[in-house]
Amino acid sequence: MTQKKRKKITKKELALLAMMLPGGIYLIINNYIPMAGIFIAFKNINFAKGVFGSPWNGLKNFKFLFSTGDAAMITRNTLLYNLVFIILNMVVGVTLAILLNEIVNALLKKFFQTVLLMPQIISMVIVSYLAYAFLAGDAGFINNAILKPLGFTAVNWYSEKKYWPFILVFIHVWKTMGYSTLLYLASVVGIDASLYDAASVDGASRLQQIRYITLPLLRPTMITMSLLMIGRIFYSDFGLFFQVPMNSGALYSVTQTIDTYVYRGLMSLGNIGMSAAAAFYQSIVGFCIVLISNGIVRKIDKDNALF
Amino acid sequence: MKTKEKVRYKGVQAAAIIVLSIVTILIILPFLLMLISSLTEENTLMINGYRLLPKQFSLDAYRYIFLSTSMIVSSYGRSAIVTLIGTICALTITCLMAYPLSRRDFRFRKVLSFLVFFTMLFNGGLVSQYMMWTTIFHIKNTIFAYLVPNLMMSAFNVMIVRNFFSNNIPFEIIESATIDGSGEWNTFFKIVLPMAKPILATIGLMIGLAYWNDWANGLYYINDSARYTFQNLLNRMIQQVNFLSSGEAAQYGVTGITIPSISVRMAIAAVGVIPVMIIYPFFQKYFAKGLTMGAVKG
Repeated sequence: MTQKKRKKITKKELALLAMMLPGGIYLIINNYIPMAGIFIAFKNINFAKGVFGSPWNGLKNFKFLFSTGDAAMITRNTLLYNLVFIILNMVVGVTLAILLNEIVNALLKKFFQTVLLMPQIISMVIVSYLAYAFLAGDAGFINNAILKPLGFTAVNWYSEKKYWPFILVFIHVWKTMGYSTLLYLASVVGIDASLYDAASVDGASRLQQIRYITLPLLRPTMITMSLLMIGRIFYSDFGLFFQVPMNSGALYSVTQTIDTYVYRGLMSLGNIGMSAAAAFYQSIVGFCIVLISNGIVRKIDKDNALF
Repeated sequence: MKTKEKVRYKGVQAAAIIVLSIVTILIILPFLLMLISSLTEENTLMINGYRLLPKQFSLDAYRYIFLSTSMIVSSYGRSAIVTLIGTICALTITCLMAYPLSRRDFRFRKVLSFLVFFTMLFNGGLVSQYMMWTTIFHIKNTIFAYLVPNLMMSAFNVMIVRNFFSNNIPFEIIESATIDGSGEWNTFFKIVLPMAKPILATIGLMIGLAYWNDWANGLYYINDSARYTFQNLLNRMIQQVNFLSSGEAAQYGVTGITIPSISVRMAIAAVGVIPVMIIYPFFQKYFAKGLTMGAVKG
């Protein structure tokens, strides 16, 4: 019997391995070769000579990157924006989830859910169109329909950088709040109703119930979600930071993140070295952060750890 | 006591309805503004700007789009083709990859799962990816640029499909099929896939949406405006608007696309949103299901 099985194994395994061949080849090309390719950060890249023909230049790319102050700026922007996003995703997500759960009317609840998730499925290019309709200098909705009628002077939004941290945070929350709300709603709905019954028998108001039952029970989800986001803190939403500010140079100091920096360096000849160095920096530090944050998640809540 | 309680609850509920209504307005307003400005007569738009209640409505922008045989229509078609081919290919290789990893009698399951999973943790970054695709595979300005990089298979999707297979398809069924003389490929196509329709629909929808909405690959690898997909055309148009208004156009030597008027631009964007809104109810259904299935356990 066992011998029979053993004979079969190779044939079966061969078939299964053959199934994995297309995907495997894809992963090798799309993921593993570029991983090996991060060494180009140590090269003086020359398109004419190709990846292998380009001469090595040691740490020069990194020296440039870190001495210009670019590294500090893009790291600061990436980390600070992500930090604000993590906090707001949690606050907005939990708040809206609790409020949504309070609504008794099923139809109304369904309506709010439907609307909340809508921005999630449109592309960032479309979002940049929507933002432009509001922010355009001469014809924009805010200047035209709000500021001017109220007697304020119009603002040239795409060249005034002081507004952009708020604009970008607002748009991020606008686009993603449906997702975080539904995520937390799944946990809110899962809370045992008898806990609330017991609390109301004891005379607890609804707000007290939320404060002392809902929020503490949501804490594991909040921690896990935040840690998973912290694992990606070195990566930014390229679309948000590239499309929405419309590539406006005047805004770079507040809109440039590691991802947009890498892209812009790559596209403007002469900066590829720095761009490669920044990409290397992002890959390595990002990898370490994922490992650390996942390690913490695993300690707290093993089911939600990535690995 | 009971009535008092109810009153309190009503207070919370009223607050909930008010807050969510404000949020709803904030979400819908931009879409509404897009729709209305696409329906506004162009001169009114030029003089009064974007308004929610324009002085004069007009369907000219849509007439312009549907009558033009130019880039707009062809890029729309290109987006549709890319989405269709991409989704079919991606779905196929994702399922083929996920199935063996779901088989608990597969000896290499652990090691191969890890190799798939590792791509979620570490990536080589844009520069080495770009160098590889352009200098080794020469995908620049070909349809492969839209189809292949990053979108064809994600480790995340493979893991979801794998989990679905191992949780929902009893191993005994596969085993008995094998005993009856069914080969692995036959088992996969005739028994496993028909049982996996829900996950195929979910993942297919997500992949299709990703292809339709993708502009990044076009931005990286396509610079021939005659080969743009819809998203890239939109992208290029709005970038040029900004170039022109900021006086940087000459410096960058922008050529190729004439910029349509504001209302036409908004109409084009609206037309781009339509397919997404059509699948939205399905997306919402599967999205909610996916969330409760695995993402978070409350």
